[in-house]
Amino acid sequence: MAPIIKKLISVTPSHLRSCIRSVTYMPRPGSHGTKSVTPITQPGTPLPVTLIPGDGIGPLVTGAVEQVISAMQAPVTFEKFEVHGNMNKIPDDVMDSIRRNKVCLKGGLITPIGGGVNSLNIALRKELDLFVSLVNCFNLPGLPTRHDKVDIVVIRENTEGEYSGLEHEVVPGVIESLKVITKFCSERIAKYAFEYAHLNDRKTVTAVHKANIMKLADGLFLESCREIAKKYPDINYNEIIVDNCCMQLVSKPEQFDVMVTPNLYGNLVANTAAGIAGGTGVMPGGNVGTEFAIFEQGASAGNVGKPKMVEKKRANPIALLLSSAMMLRHLQLPDFADRLETAVKRVIYEGKYRTKDLGGSSTTQEVTDAVISALQ
Amino acid sequence: MAKRTLPILKQLLHRRSPLISTSTRSVTYMPRPGDGAPRTVTLIPGDGIGPLVTGAVEQVMDAMHAPIYFEKFDVHGDMKTIPTQVLESIKKNKVCLKGGLNTPMGGGVSSLNVQLRKELDLYASLVNCFNVPGLPTRHENVDIVVIRENTEGEYAGLEHEVVPGVVESLKVITKFCSERIAKYAFEYAYLNNRKTVTAVHKANIMKLADGLFLESCREIASRYPSIKYNEIIVDNCCMQLVSKPEQFDVMVTPNLYGNLVANTAAGIAGGTGVMPGGNVGADHAVFEQGASAGNVGKQKIVDRKTANPVALLLSSAMMLRHLQFPSFADRLENSVKRVIMEGIYRTKDLGGTSTTQQVVDAVIAKLE
Repeated sequence: MAPIIKKLISVTPSHLRSCIRSVTYMPRPGSHGTKSVTPITQPGTPLPVTLIPGDGIGPLVTGAVEQVISAMQAPVTFEKFEVHGNMNKIPDDVMDSIRRNKVCLKGGLITPIGGGVNSLNIALRKELDLFVSLVNCFNLPGLPTRHDKVDIVVIRENTEGEYSGLEHEVVPGVIESLKVITKFCSERIAKYAFEYAHLNDRKTVTAVHKANIMKLADGLFLESCREIAKKYPDINYNEIIVDNCCMQLVSKPEQFDVMVTPNLYGNLVANTAAGIAGGTGVMPGGNVGTEFAIFEQGASAGNVGKPKMVEKKRANPIALLLSSAMMLRHLQLPDFADRLETAVKRVIYEGKYRTKDLGGSSTTQEVTDAVISALQ
Repeated sequence: MAKRTLPILKQLLHRRSPLISTSTRSVTYMPRPGDGAPRTVTLIPGDGIGPLVTGAVEQVMDAMHAPIYFEKFDVHGDMKTIPTQVLESIKKNKVCLKGGLNTPMGGGVSSLNVQLRKELDLYASLVNCFNVPGLPTRHENVDIVVIRENTEGEYAGLEHEVVPGVVESLKVITKFCSERIAKYAFEYAYLNNRKTVTAVHKANIMKLADGLFLESCREIASRYPSIKYNEIIVDNCCMQLVSKPEQFDVMVTPNLYGNLVANTAAGIAGGTGVMPGGNVGADHAVFEQGASAGNVGKQKIVDRKTANPVALLLSSAMMLRHLQFPSFADRLENSVKRVIMEGIYRTKDLGGTSTTQQVVDAVIAKLE
């Protein structure tokens, strides 16, 4: 009798039952149309996905993903490629593989500071025209943070703006850096943001800008957002200046829902939002374009961690595991995605296996094993 | 007997308020003869909540009998330029106190706040973000000073439309400006006994621009070997600010990052309604609300007169020190901190329901 009653009483909390799906479906742009959804291949055929382990903690966390995916026996095969941040450009065979597979999972590529090689992370996004960078920042049950009720999706324009990389030295000691904003790019990122909100049942889209100072550039961005907002009358639209936004994020984050921003502000807002919700080691994210998608750690994706973390193998694999769940949904394998997410959330909720940035002392492998054993 | 001793005991125990003791300044400041002559300070009330909070400062200065005399000028955000007489007044007085000037969004007039800083070459903007005792926040041990380059960078205002639908905005970084802001940051740290200076940058992406900024910081750092110097990429910095703010001490940044970092730091330490700050150049100084100085508040706050005067009061204390009236500055600061600590009179952004006037009266009552 007692064991039966115990079982009845110890029902899994609702947030861990696999029938609750958190919002992580990242649609392809334009999927809000009348196109019918057809499966990519015959059921059962494994889908190839390009895998770039990267530098620093990259190989550690992508290894974790490989282990979990194979433990789940998901129909995904990885084509691994070695790319390092100090290469001049992305090798051609890697680009061909991504173009063929259309989906890629990657760890961070280290970018040298100062003069020299351009960032390969950015080069990859530009080559494949991945104009949307999405980070989903939310409180994980069981992980104590200073801020509650955080559930923010930051949608950031990924190709132009301040990170266009157009700099030159006018005279010695004077550098000009160009920030380019175009109507074309602003419109498509605004369209994606509203489309995302519509498809994922989100109520508000907030545009982040500094149009009181950069009147033409951010003014153009705002105009595009306002035009698109008119086409979605049932979604609330508002605007906020970026410095006020930073302050509101740290005092009342629950007011934000979906945020659409140009490139630089998006970087900072995404990192701040990730920080208040638990840290960049936990937040999933990805980059998507009309044809391709690359999934990586949500915020601070270029951060490859300190060498100490690499040696002690203590990198946090949660972010990349949740991003690979997003990838599984993108590949239209929602059931595997749900199982993976539920397992990860259970591990965090129980709190026994946590890496150092979450306040614990486990290694990457311990967390991975815990996730694998929590899979059902 | 117990009836009488209890209140006496209570009084003895309450008097010990170790955080706020007026006797902190032991070595008295010996002025030059004639230093007590009243100084003239330009006052620009501004728009929105500006007049409300500058009015608060005027009242408190009056109550303290501080040797300050205000020259008030009406400037509004929708004027085309700052009137010449205002600029002349500031150039004569060298010190100015102002409320925010409303900047219209989108095309049209450029920001008068930025214009003022450029005209007077106020190249250093300083915001001091710290936990005020008695004000509960989510983050403890915050004591950050953000020193932000104020004249160039992303806010140069150089934009143009190349073809319809494509806008280019120039971010200019020069060695001259980067060096002098780095010099100011290290000088500030040296004079105020600060241990660490952190440069905030994004030089992995903007290699030339922020790379130049970093080089200048490193050069100046080598001249101050007793002050620790480190660098942090701006996105990692934002994340660290919200998770472990106690690691930061003095931060030096270019224009745009400084704006965001200062606002984030102000937010974690209690809000922009509380943090003091100012803009200083080689010849002049303008004191205003620390972070988000261009924010003139919502109409509702103006109507109900519930704007928070604490930021401008603390900034005016900074101004009093700048004018070399340190004991008035101390009195003002102690009184403001005492009011916040007691927690009875707080405006809405700090979780209370008082109006501006009530807070001002409380501060005046606490002056000794």
